[in-house]
Amino acid sequence: MYNDKVLEAFANPKNVGEMENADGIGTIGNASCGDIMRIYIKVENNVIVDAKFKTFGCAAAIATASTATDMIIGKTIEEALTIKNADVVAFLGGLPPQKIHCSVLAEEAIQAAVEDYRSKQK
Amino acid sequence: MKVYLDNSATTALDKEVLEQMIPYFTDTFGNPSSLHNYGRKALKAVDESREIIAKCIGAKANEIYFTSGGSESDNWALKGVVKASKQKKKHIITSCIEHPAIMDTLAYLEEKENVSVTYLPVDKGGRVNVKDIEDSITDDTILVSVMFANNEMGAIQPIAEIGKICKEEGILFHTDAVQAMDSQNIDVNELNIDLLSMSAHKFHGPKGIGVLYIRSGVKIDRLIHGGHQERRMRAGTTDTPLIVGMAKALEIAVRDRAENNARISSLRDDFVKRVLDEIPFVYLNGGMEHRLPNNANLSFAYIEGESILINLDLAGVAVSSGSACSSGSLEPSHVILALGVKEELAHSSIRFSLGKDTTQEEMDYTFDVLKASVERLRQMSPLFNMEKGTGSYV
Repeated sequence: MYNDKVLEAFANPKNVGEMENADGIGTIGNASCGDIMRIYIKVENNVIVDAKFKTFGCAAAIATASTATDMIIGKTIEEALTIKNADVVAFLGGLPPQKIHCSVLAEEAIQAAVEDYRSKQK
Repeated sequence: MKVYLDNSATTALDKEVLEQMIPYFTDTFGNPSSLHNYGRKALKAVDESREIIAKCIGAKANEIYFTSGGSESDNWALKGVVKASKQKKKHIITSCIEHPAIMDTLAYLEEKENVSVTYLPVDKGGRVNVKDIEDSITDDTILVSVMFANNEMGAIQPIAEIGKICKEEGILFHTDAVQAMDSQNIDVNELNIDLLSMSAHKFHGPKGIGVLYIRSGVKIDRLIHGGHQERRMRAGTTDTPLIVGMAKALEIAVRDRAENNARISSLRDDFVKRVLDEIPFVYLNGGMEHRLPNNANLSFAYIEGESILINLDLAGVAVSSGSACSSGSLEPSHVILALGVKEELAHSSIRFSLGKDTTQEEMDYTFDVLKASVERLRQMSPLFNMEKGTGSYV
């Protein structure tokens, strides 16, 4: 059911890990639902210079977290917020219908990380 | 290396079985209902197969009805008994760990036929309490349906005790024995079973063929209407090659049962012990005492089951998972939850189901791949701290 791109992203995910002194951390989901996605961002001059993730979830959740973190690195905060779950799905060449919610988690985790970053700026 | 540990999902067709089947596709292709020579030759093979299967469960040949598989057998048993019952109020007792072929059919009967259903809980070991069955019986109870052994965590149910109660109370007893046929000795008379479902592809027979055993005298309506096949009880052209294959497969299963069970359970026991000893935060789902010899169901804390499944698959090892993600629903396995396992651990469950071809070398490889997969996924998990080597769900 997974295509080769998704399997590759799951087998060799990028940006796995925690980040010390992250400027923003976004966590979405909970263990009893079987999905937790946490994204860490490092921001310099309004640009996301680094991103990391940790995921408790299925292969699609791990693949989308890897892709989403990859997509936001180098983007401005505003650009990162325009990334939608459909963009992550398209980058991966499609996900099975029941796995689309994993990409929604990725989008929401980015937004939560940015929100956390912005709240710390105030 | 390729390792197939999903024998509870389906098994490889035995080559001996295939050889037996082949002539009935091409040479002896006649319709067993036809009166001519072609038909008679096919009918002879069907009759012989029916005899073999009946003998394997201590039944009479005219109590064996061929179906398309386990789901049809389950549907027929439940719907057929309800439709044939003259009682005004109809009550059925079952367990909360049944296969969807039972669960979904009962939900349908509750909605459309006004049947009331009692779903009995199971203990930590995955077994129903016989006392609960006794206590649930009312004047309206027409049927008890409890599976012989569970498909996810392998718990073997107290079938003899349930059969005894049903006989004493004059209530019909159906058991879904789809997972049990390969490894369990079953005598329908000793166990007081009135209806029994089985499916050939779970014991190295072909897919698309099953049996519903119906004890002589049991009142049951037809499910499939049409021709006069199966003594007018189940319409549809008799599938000679599949029937011949099913009989051969069951014959082999019974012949090799004791030997296979001993070898498989020893491989399984060693594997479970090694996983529990050498990988931290792993929990066995269900008990060991009353368990199918080929089943191991384990939860790996702090990581999700489907990701373990895919990780093992990338290394050539095929297993299944009770996580919501692998089923396409949002809920994890109702069976694992019924054991009292917390949701987060139910999402982390993996079923390893061994088969007669499983080797020690394959299990050693599986262990190595599993250990590495669990470590890799825990490194990615926000619930696990690699430095401290511990996790937390908070």
